[in-house]
Amino acid sequence: MSKTRASGRTVGGLRSLSLQAPAVTLLLLWMLVPLGMTVWFSLQRYNLLMPGMEGFAGLEDYEYLFTDPALWRAMGNTLLLVGSVLVITVGGGVLLAVLFQQEFPGRGIARVLAISPFFVMPTVSALVWKNMMMHPSNGVLSWVAGVFGLPAVDWFSSLPLTSIVIIVAWQWLPFALLILLTAMQSLDDDQVEAARMDGAGPIAVFFYITLPHLKRAISVVIMIEMIFLLTIFAEIYVTTSGGPGLATTNLAFLIYIQALLDFDVGLASAGGVVAIVLANIVAIFLVRLVAKNLEN
Amino acid sequence: MTTLKTKQALPADGQPASASANGATRARHTPLVPSAGARRLWLTLLGWGIALIIFFPILWMVLTGFKTEAEAIADPSLIFSPTLESYIAVQARADYFKFAMNSVVVAFGSTLLALAIAIPSAYAMAFLPTKRTKGTLLWMLSTKMLPPVGVLVPIYLLFRDFGLLDTRTGLIIVYTLMNLPIVVWMLYTFFKDLPRDILEAGRMDGASTFQEVIYLLLPLTLPGIASTGLLSVILSWNEAFWSLNLTSSSAAPLTAYIASFSSPEGLFWAKLSAASTMAIAPILVFGWLTQKQMVRGLTFGAVK
Repeated sequence: MSKTRASGRTVGGLRSLSLQAPAVTLLLLWMLVPLGMTVWFSLQRYNLLMPGMEGFAGLEDYEYLFTDPALWRAMGNTLLLVGSVLVITVGGGVLLAVLFQQEFPGRGIARVLAISPFFVMPTVSALVWKNMMMHPSNGVLSWVAGVFGLPAVDWFSSLPLTSIVIIVAWQWLPFALLILLTAMQSLDDDQVEAARMDGAGPIAVFFYITLPHLKRAISVVIMIEMIFLLTIFAEIYVTTSGGPGLATTNLAFLIYIQALLDFDVGLASAGGVVAIVLANIVAIFLVRLVAKNLEN
Repeated sequence: MTTLKTKQALPADGQPASASANGATRARHTPLVPSAGARRLWLTLLGWGIALIIFFPILWMVLTGFKTEAEAIADPSLIFSPTLESYIAVQARADYFKFAMNSVVVAFGSTLLALAIAIPSAYAMAFLPTKRTKGTLLWMLSTKMLPPVGVLVPIYLLFRDFGLLDTRTGLIIVYTLMNLPIVVWMLYTFFKDLPRDILEAGRMDGASTFQEVIYLLLPLTLPGIASTGLLSVILSWNEAFWSLNLTSSSAAPLTAYIASFSSPEGLFWAKLSAASTMAIAPILVFGWLTQKQMVRGLTFGAVK
């Protein structure tokens, strides 16, 4: 005990280090081993269905990947999916956070109901939407359309990507709402009151006080959602399996097809490297933002 | 200071605000907004309406679970005589329990393991910080940024070679590592909130580090540890990338079981709904209980 205090930093530092060792070592292995393997495989000719053909391929896999129209289609779908869901969830999340910040009877319960979809496992929400909501003949949406005399929509064949966007946005809107509502609670009431006294209407309060206050929370929501949305998988797996054609194949699904259905380890790994690079571009900004917070 | 700034900013560009001169504001305010009662009514209707629309698919799923298969595909109707038929049918398929059991074992197993690894680490970061602590925390956060698809191939091949494919052990390993950064971060923020004097006092009384942790730290931060654990359980329970890719039958959790309903021949809506309701009910309740802490964990403390 006294030793720690007397010799100061080094002993304490050593103890600190040894306590952190298990977590740090495991995470280091979890990160470096698969990452190294992915990069290594991406430089190999390696197909599980063609044993004996293995060998160093250099950038062949990348060349094949980048000249394959499927990659560009998948990239486009990925960006479209991420972009649309972000716009819907952040825009909707801000409006809903303002709404659920107002006092009304049963607000607590209404809030709980509105954030519930976030806790539903992706396979369940995808199947419920696919079968019970969007089914062309028996779904609730087509019934609603019928009530208004509109033709029923065959969601997954005529609007495949839109359908996926709706399902994913339904899952992530509550996430945005949850984070933004929490951020709203630290909004200074006196400031709002002072602005009201000065004659600011609700719209002015929203644009000049609420929105600036939420800026940081919004950027956190955007970045965290991006990281998850870049690799959306289960929703596509249970609804469209990437189809029709390649209409709903995103990068994650393309890699899955190449790796576990076509058994092309080399090509799938090259795709994996692309996914990692994409995610890291986003991650750098998120880590910076959190780091800033850690300083205070 | 901030108040002053907004005061100045408002009349300048705030069109709706500048219309009313300062003195007249109060008097005009009341007639503009019809009455507090009407405003409250509209808010209530809007709030509840939107909440119910968002919640509707879940509600509909729960209701469909209590219908017969024929009613389930008939025109949407709120009037039906509830039956437990589908629940009984789902329960009768013994494999439902196998999947549910896998979910429970994997979610709780990985959570306990993650807590056991994370508690010493978070303790060290909160109470024995070194120059490197901040860097380590941020690096841990960055491991979460590695997209699972990016490492699917090597993990799959490693699992195949070590015989971990389709085993609970394999999933527990993956989920533990997947949630470890979040668990360390959340525990770190809870530990940091603990007044240092309390641990200091224990040390004065001659408590060893071990005693300090067991008798002081853990009981005092139990609510925080519990909500960290719940978040980890929720994330593991709902995880559907690794579970779909690394398991096939014997270790498959509920996410994979529900996914099996996507095949055309498996389309029994009432049974699907009953099974789904059972799969999400416990997690929904956990989620409701831990919303606040969840924000902390999911945003790595950037939003409080």
